[in-house]
Amino acid sequence: MSLVRWLKRHLVVIAGLLTLGYLLLPNVVVTVFSFNNPKGRFNYEWQQFSTEAWTDPCGVADLCGSLALSLQIAVWATLGATVLGTLIAFALVRYRFRARGAVNSLIFLPMAMPEVVMAASLLTLFLNMGAQLGFWTVLIAHIMFCLSFVVTAVKARVMSMDPKLEEAARDLYAGPLQTFVRVTLPIAAPGIVAGALLAFALSFDDFIITNFNAGATVTFPMFVWGSAQRGTPVQINVIGTGMFIVAVLIVLAGMVISGRRNRQKA
Amino acid sequence: MTNDNSGDVRLSGMSKTYGSFTAVHPLDLTVPQGSFFALLGASGCGKTTTLRMIAGLEEPTSGNVSLGDQDVTNLPPYKRPVNTVFQSYALFPHLDIFENVAFGLRRRGIKSVKKQVGEMLDLVQLGEQARKKPHQLSGGQQQRVAVARALINHPKVLLLDEPLGALDLKLRRQMQLELKRIQTEVGITFIHVTHDQEEAMTMADTVAVMNAGRVEQLGSPADLYENPQTTFVANFLGTSNLIEAEVDTKSGDEIVLRAGGGKLSLPAARCSAPTTTGGKVLVGVRPEKISLTHAEDAGGIPEDRNRITGKIADSSFIGVSTQYVIDSPVCPEFEVYAQNIDRDARLVPGAEVVLHWSPAHTFGLDATQDIDAGVETVGEEASA
Repeated sequence: MSLVRWLKRHLVVIAGLLTLGYLLLPNVVVTVFSFNNPKGRFNYEWQQFSTEAWTDPCGVADLCGSLALSLQIAVWATLGATVLGTLIAFALVRYRFRARGAVNSLIFLPMAMPEVVMAASLLTLFLNMGAQLGFWTVLIAHIMFCLSFVVTAVKARVMSMDPKLEEAARDLYAGPLQTFVRVTLPIAAPGIVAGALLAFALSFDDFIITNFNAGATVTFPMFVWGSAQRGTPVQINVIGTGMFIVAVLIVLAGMVISGRRNRQKA
Repeated sequence: MTNDNSGDVRLSGMSKTYGSFTAVHPLDLTVPQGSFFALLGASGCGKTTTLRMIAGLEEPTSGNVSLGDQDVTNLPPYKRPVNTVFQSYALFPHLDIFENVAFGLRRRGIKSVKKQVGEMLDLVQLGEQARKKPHQLSGGQQQRVAVARALINHPKVLLLDEPLGALDLKLRRQMQLELKRIQTEVGITFIHVTHDQEEAMTMADTVAVMNAGRVEQLGSPADLYENPQTTFVANFLGTSNLIEAEVDTKSGDEIVLRAGGGKLSLPAARCSAPTTTGGKVLVGVRPEKISLTHAEDAGGIPEDRNRITGKIADSSFIGVSTQYVIDSPVCPEFEVYAQNIDRDARLVPGAEVVLHWSPAHTFGLDATQDIDAGVETVGEEASA
């Protein structure tokens, strides 16, 4: 009887913990196996503890090269998509122009379309244009599909922004540029940052579109896919764990900063 | 008031149209330096558009805006020596109170703002809150920040767009006095837009009543109240009893009118309508100018007073006064506010009464107007 009551009282916590476990289990497996010392070429069975892969993460040919390329593409794609997406979002919210409705729905298409269709049609386009597949085609493709996510994130923020704030800035001696830099941009910033983070994550781990349009270029997800056919080096788990840690650290830093800001206010 | 006229606001032929809709008809208006000027009207009457054109946030379709001797019609808002207190305050949410107030100074390249901002925050009694963010302040405090943020720039003219609309009644009264005090202290021209006639009358030296994109009447609060020139002004500012009457005779300063069976006297100087014998005129009188006497005592009423008869339809006691609604043959809902000095116990709903008032308190209006113009309905009140 008391067990039932205890369960009832803690049901939410239990469900929450179970969900968290479900979400985190793959990461735990990846982390644990980054300390494995596999016998064969595949890192699927636990053998014995080893820090060998951690001491030499670039020990596998081409791994760190592909990682660097992926980071590079992700940074440029984020930058391109964020700048363009922010401008598009402002245009869509602030201005009434012809075909605004059409643009609004076209922007959403890349999010709704199956990736493989987009990948294939992009490839067709590039081949027809005679473009050489590689870094640039991948970058163009990434900016294209990140754009809709940035536009969505920024648009939501700009829509909730009081246009009177910009009028107040203009009234208080701020010219158009000052108004944008001092008022519009800081207030839209959370939306822009959210869009940029989303774009980075999407670009960094994209496989399908990249695989179609990369030619001989190999990004990190393509490298992982390729090596999975022949054998998985432990270093892949090391990089994966590293990425997870970096992401967690960023989130924690964000929480600490906003927590401190809130405490200052109070 | 000084002879300095650099704070004069002059609008000449200024109008604004949106497509086929005319928000403001060509408007000529001069607001003298140092005055507290109110633009009063219901929502959609063009008062806010007028204010925005003075601020430069809206471009006039025609006409000019001048400040002192300078034509500012083509200057962008950030180059006009004018600041606005917005209805929603429009405080910058990402900046603290100090930086909000310092915003205008910093944009004009002033480096040492600390002393000025401190003094300004003290003026509005918010020195303690300097490092808080706007959302942490109450409505009244935010309102004071908005005033401080505008005033610190020493504008030639301060524009206030319904600045007290979001405050509750008690706080609004307090802020009305506060704004009036600040205005007297700094001597800057204030142009205040409001739909609240009481607020306009409490605060402003001069009130312009706007209706449908036009200024209906302009004058001091007392002048507007006592001598309305149109039915809109008569009904929008306070309450007026309007009776349709016919001109009987005109003799020198006095016009005698026929209404129902009785006769009413109206000083010719207080009639803004053209009067021809036999022509129609609307006769107006304010509810508090009227005395109420029970029909049995009608003999005691002096001969020279205007009088009509009726029956009390409703009475409500509200402390300082009692408000009666009288059903009279000349006007079905005649309102009378009687001071509670000597309350006659016979004055209850159903009683036959005589209403009488001094002819000097009577005013005459053009009968071609809508008799109900400017009467506030419940719907308008809610949306305003």
